[in-house]
Amino acid sequence: MTIKKHVKTGLSALALSISLNALAAEDPIKVGILHSLSGTMAISESTLKDTLLMLIEKQNAEGGVLGRQLEPVVVDPASNWPLFAEKARELLAKEEVDVIFGNWTSVSRKSVLPVVEELNGLLFYPVQYEGEESSENVFYTGAAPNQQAIPAVDYLMNEIGVERWVLAGTDYVYPRTTNKILETYLKSHGVAEEDIMINYTPFGHSNWQSIVADIKAFGSEGKKTAVVSTINGDANVPFYRELGNQGIDASDIPVVAFSVGEQELSGIDTAPLVGHLAAWNYFMSVEGDANYEFIDAWVDYTGNEEAVTNDPMEAHFIGFNMWVDAVEKAGTADVDAVKDAIIGVTVPNLTGGYATMMPNHHITKPVLIGEIQDNGQFEVVWETPSTVAGDAWSDFLPGSMDLISDWRKPLACGNYNVVTHSCGGAEEPAE
Amino acid sequence: MSILRLLTGLLLLLSLSLPAGVYAQSSDSEASALLQALADSSYAQKQQVISDIVSSGDERARTWLEAYADGKLAQTKDTGAFVFVLSNRGRDWTVADALSGDTIGEMSRRNIDRIRINNALRKELEGMLSVIDLTVDDADTRLAAARALKGEVDAALAERIGTLLDTEADDDVHDALTEALAIYQVAQGEVAAVAVLSGSLNPQARVALNNAAQSDNPELAAAAAKALESIQTKLKINSAAETLYFGLSLGSVLVLAAIGLAITFGVMGVINMAHGELIMLGAYTTWGMQQLFPGQPGLALILSIPAGFLVAALAGIAIERTVIQHLKGRPLETLLATFGVSLILQQLVRTVISPLNRSVVTPEWMSGSLMINEALSLTLNRLYVIGFALVVFAGLMLIMRKTRLGLEVRAVTQNRAMARSMGIKATRVDILTFGLGSGVAGLAGVALSQITNVGPNLGQSYIIDSFMVVVFGGVGNLWGTLVAGLSLGTINQILEPWAGAVLAKIVVLVFIILFIQKRPRGLFPQKGRAAEG
Repeated sequence: MTIKKHVKTGLSALALSISLNALAAEDPIKVGILHSLSGTMAISESTLKDTLLMLIEKQNAEGGVLGRQLEPVVVDPASNWPLFAEKARELLAKEEVDVIFGNWTSVSRKSVLPVVEELNGLLFYPVQYEGEESSENVFYTGAAPNQQAIPAVDYLMNEIGVERWVLAGTDYVYPRTTNKILETYLKSHGVAEEDIMINYTPFGHSNWQSIVADIKAFGSEGKKTAVVSTINGDANVPFYRELGNQGIDASDIPVVAFSVGEQELSGIDTAPLVGHLAAWNYFMSVEGDANYEFIDAWVDYTGNEEAVTNDPMEAHFIGFNMWVDAVEKAGTADVDAVKDAIIGVTVPNLTGGYATMMPNHHITKPVLIGEIQDNGQFEVVWETPSTVAGDAWSDFLPGSMDLISDWRKPLACGNYNVVTHSCGGAEEPAE
Repeated sequence: MSILRLLTGLLLLLSLSLPAGVYAQSSDSEASALLQALADSSYAQKQQVISDIVSSGDERARTWLEAYADGKLAQTKDTGAFVFVLSNRGRDWTVADALSGDTIGEMSRRNIDRIRINNALRKELEGMLSVIDLTVDDADTRLAAARALKGEVDAALAERIGTLLDTEADDDVHDALTEALAIYQVAQGEVAAVAVLSGSLNPQARVALNNAAQSDNPELAAAAAKALESIQTKLKINSAAETLYFGLSLGSVLVLAAIGLAITFGVMGVINMAHGELIMLGAYTTWGMQQLFPGQPGLALILSIPAGFLVAALAGIAIERTVIQHLKGRPLETLLATFGVSLILQQLVRTVISPLNRSVVTPEWMSGSLMINEALSLTLNRLYVIGFALVVFAGLMLIMRKTRLGLEVRAVTQNRAMARSMGIKATRVDILTFGLGSGVAGLAGVALSQITNVGPNLGQSYIIDSFMVVVFGGVGNLWGTLVAGLSLGTINQILEPWAGAVLAKIVVLVFIILFIQKRPRGLFPQKGRAAEG
């Protein structure tokens, strides 16, 4: 033991001196951060930028990666989808970053995708999304529908006994695709057409009166009803406020949300919402040393005693650590080498388990269902017994159920059709 | 399960009705053991533990269960003591001893293990507490408890309600209990009880009748079908009234947002794209006032009304002096310049305050709803906003019609040169008018802070709607703005249930485009000389 320790110290001293020499010779590794700092999405994305800066700072304090320091390059795509593509090009072509962490909305990811593929970059995407995508250059550290939506519906169906479903969402690609998957899933479990109500509202919708009244009427027919909400962003605040004001109690009609986290709840008084649910892969309230350490670091970094952590932050934490591991494993920050090295990399997550990068560029995650508390936190009421691997192609959509994604050689295909035994190329067949 | 719950509830009732002093206060060690069992058991077993706690007869049982239902009952990890969580903000929580009730002080939240509860258990507990509440002295508590029991009654409770009905003095409580009992009886197939539910607007009563209407007993089915019919008509009236209310409340928001614009754009003819940001400033003022008066959201909100007006008015005057006055008579440049100002203001708020939304607390007296009947309740915050919009409108009308300022404003806008030669200081009038319009936008912001998000983008979502309302109503006409706002709101809410929120907005927009084609000057076009300017 002691000998081993001595050898270790000696080795690390050696490594340190080498790396110090190397430091003088080598440039820092550039890390691009592509998150909106202005515009509508700034509310969610600016904290992710800070999370990464914190992680980079910590990594640099520990000696960087491969002895090289990390240099963050922050750009502001200003919640403007085409600008995301321009900024991504700027990062890859002009700044020549080795990796990009960024994006929140699916539409911004779709805008960046061709650029990252053309210039062979690396993108870590930290937000839960609708699936139906697997790019060679993108790593999806947020949840796919089978890591969030499907388990949440299972929970409502089996544990709560819900028979009538309201699928309410904001009108864009993520809610529409998720609801399509859920509708097929519910019907395959014997839910009748008239027991499903689907409703879409525009971004930033604030007048929820009649929709909430509709939900109330839909839920008063004697069958247990639940709302599955893919309502995005700050439209949630007036939605929940209206629920509270119209007296809809979580014990009557629970709302399970996929886009409401600690951050969103920090903007409202949550006393009337106690008991409503959210499905995520991480909650700030999860007990464990890894999480406590992360929260303390975040509170210190922001200097705000009330600062909250949330699921996409954990996704960046995992993604960043995976990338660091992969670079160290590959011995270089070169994109192609890291892309190969990262598959199979396992790092601890913040909920006391481990996340592994799968060959389809998605990761394994536990699924947690939490009830909203009056202090804006969630209390876990249910969780999957083990982690769930992200499925790029949903098993509940026609055209997508036969597809698999595996970026390991020799297959190296993002949408391989197991029926026709052919690789469909980079474009998506299921639309 | 539910009978068990009832029995335990009854036991508790029994224990509460014993004269004081007879309570068998269990020793602290027994109490700890009970709470420990509650903490350790699974959700399925917790029910049994709760009934054990109730039947222990401990006088603290009710406080424990209430705290548990609120998620406030916890155990410390280091000593294993049971505590009530008094404040759960931040990383250190204030706690009190659950056995003695003494405040302990602050404790790291990581040392506190809350005893878990879920929706199903919470409902069970609430049901039990309702049964207890049926015998308290306060009639309002009894009424709330009786209402909560509708649809939850079972055999044991039905008997209990039967005896309670004999002694119940309050009419409302008596009616609610009768109905709760009748819902149970109809479900049991008693035809006589159907008559009680006839005309009831309670959804549980409707469910019971719906089930009864499909029963095998023809007499019961016929009676239930007849009762349902009478309910349907009533429901239709109520739902129409509800839609109207929704429309008026959306309309009043539109009126509030647009009425300031009706002054600056309608009367002065300045296209101010930063109008939305002036609304936002009003909302942020409310937030700021609430930070100044922590714990008194109501007082802060009332003080925000003058403060919001002042802040927005000063900001408006600053914009007028620095930008707009130099662009007089050049609408396109004004539009672009003020659009720039709006972006600057947004980013300023983002940088100085935070890109995140701010939490504005709704005072107690503004949350919840006013229950007209069981199918129609009016949300209080919206009700206040409707009232506020009308007051602001009346105030503006008064200023424009009855004061010297109003007279001067009208004179300057109708014929600037003539007014100036009559000795009116046109520049001063410009400043005051723009300040007034901007200040009213600030008032709108104060009201909006109660129904929507207070964030940097608040203004953006209202600027288009505001212009729409002013143009539709007829530029320069305050009455037009009122009528246009209320009618657009109502049309939108009538369309929304069957067209969906997105389509309803589009339909309203198309309607306005067509309308403006036919009548370019809006609903109430200005007549006479003012129209030529």
